[in-house]
Amino acid sequence: MERTPCIDPTTDPAIATQTEPTSTRRGVGLWRSHDRRVIAGIAGGLSERFGIDPVYVRASFVALGMAGGFGVFAYLLLWTAADQERPPDAVVRRARPRHDLGTLSIVLGIMLMLRSTGIWLGDGVVWPVALVALGSSVIWSRNDDGGAWNRFASAATNAESPGRTGLVRLALGGVLVVAGVGIFIAGSSALPQTGGAVVAVVITGLGVGLILGPWMVRQAQQLTQERHERIRSQERAEVAAHLHDSVLQTLAMIQRSDSSRRMISLARSQERELRAWLYGADDQQADRLQPMFEDVAARIEQRYDLPVELVVVGDMLVDDQVRALSAAAYEALQNAARHSQADTVSMYVEVEPAHVTVFVRDEGKGFDPRAIPDDRRGIDESIRGRMSRHGGVATVRSEPGSGTEIELQLPREHTR
Amino acid sequence: MIRVFLVDDHRLFLSGVKSELRVGFEVVGTASDVDTAISGIRRTRPDVVLLDVHMPGGGGRTVIEAISEERPETQFLALSVSDAAEDVIAIVRAGARGYVTKSISPAELTDAIRRVHDGDAVFSPRLAGFVLDAFASDAIQPVDPELDQLTNREREVLRHIARGFTYKVIAQRLHISVKTVETHVSAVLRKLQLSNRHELTRWATDRRLV
Repeated sequence: MERTPCIDPTTDPAIATQTEPTSTRRGVGLWRSHDRRVIAGIAGGLSERFGIDPVYVRASFVALGMAGGFGVFAYLLLWTAADQERPPDAVVRRARPRHDLGTLSIVLGIMLMLRSTGIWLGDGVVWPVALVALGSSVIWSRNDDGGAWNRFASAATNAESPGRTGLVRLALGGVLVVAGVGIFIAGSSALPQTGGAVVAVVITGLGVGLILGPWMVRQAQQLTQERHERIRSQERAEVAAHLHDSVLQTLAMIQRSDSSRRMISLARSQERELRAWLYGADDQQADRLQPMFEDVAARIEQRYDLPVELVVVGDMLVDDQVRALSAAAYEALQNAARHSQADTVSMYVEVEPAHVTVFVRDEGKGFDPRAIPDDRRGIDESIRGRMSRHGGVATVRSEPGSGTEIELQLPREHTR
Repeated sequence: MIRVFLVDDHRLFLSGVKSELRVGFEVVGTASDVDTAISGIRRTRPDVVLLDVHMPGGGGRTVIEAISEERPETQFLALSVSDAAEDVIAIVRAGARGYVTKSISPAELTDAIRRVHDGDAVFSPRLAGFVLDAFASDAIQPVDPELDQLTNREREVLRHIARGFTYKVIAQRLHISVKTVETHVSAVLRKLQLSNRHELTRWATDRRLV
């Protein structure tokens, strides 16, 4: 049997008409059912077409038939109008099994049985309570699409319109609850005057609660959901803002740049920044060696458009000595950027138990360390002097034509 | 002609590398997720697989684990934009012959593929840094020192790689042959792959990686 995905029209006609293929509207759009045939399959066809239990359809025909033979006439009319076979593209709606009616009958039966055996609180209590229970269950019952109140609530918040059957159920349930409450109050008017009023108010309150309960629950859920969504969209906005300020700007600059070295350094500095943002250099790392040297490398890259290949092994807390070391390393990188004409420079930092070592190396043009003019104080003062003031050593290895390497070594006996 | 298979989930990067390998290599296939990578490698039987560390469906490590037993002659070179040491160490321990970062120049990349194909290990400065970190000397809790600890020479070689020297220059500076440098690097790689000692675990735990 062909099964097309179907939506129960009794719960939401609005959606059903949307998804229904227009081709089924040709002709009367009715067919004689092959599988649910009693006489000619008209009731079965109607059932398949509209998703109503065939028993109801047949009962209606019978009832209408008793009412002046109209049902018989209608049946015959439809018989002549209907297609012999179900059109291949027709949407078959399966009738929802009426568990609720079955359950209702069983409960009713048990209650009557209990009543006859004498286990009973009295007609004045049981029947109203049963009515209220039935009414609230009609309202509360949740179908696939979330029940009557949900649709009513979403209509109130300006979403889709509530389903007609939903409103019917809401009204029916409300009437049942009100009737139950009313009967109870009327039946218990024999109660003492003051106590009776209080009970009446409490009972009425309970009834109103039963009617409004689902709606309030729904409202609370909606509020939570809205708050979550607001938080999510705020986060997304933050990410978008950051990407715009950083990555998108850099990409734009790269497109406008005609120097490949400038492009590389832009890309590298952006990469560094994005990594720091993604993997979070949090506050407690601010006083550690690794982020400090990453910062040194980043500053050089930005200022001189010179890519710095940084490798750090080990980590430690920053003290004055380490700060001096990083300042000396910055100076060494700066020299490489200014004088070496190298394309990249690499910096290697290693923290060992006994000392911290930094190597700054380039493959640039190099120089003769003995032939530095006296006015160049960079290496002597900023590197050698700074290192020796903090108990360290700076070694410069360079030869014209084969690059430069500066080694900075700092003992760390006090820093353990 | 070295037959290369490329695995990367970034198509832009994939096509870039593919065009860089036009001369002297034959790119026999590409894949951008773990499953197609495994089936593609089985089908094309490449010499070298260039492998991204992070991919949908398990990452490069899964590919190595699936292939290396049935085809031990296939070499893997990890190629990653990842800065995270644990990714890199994990993929090398799974059996990759080397690791290079994606910022590597085309010339260095082709050189790395050739070296991996010849059976050598290829360490980028970054990987050398990670390995030194993993075997950090102040983390010594010897369980099996003969097997796991790096020798001074190996440490020295790694340090030079981390400082950005080529194997050739390292050989000159340490007065050894390039072949010896490669032997040391291979030994480090083997120790890294064999190493199951506490250091790596502790190292990872310290960094909240496991």
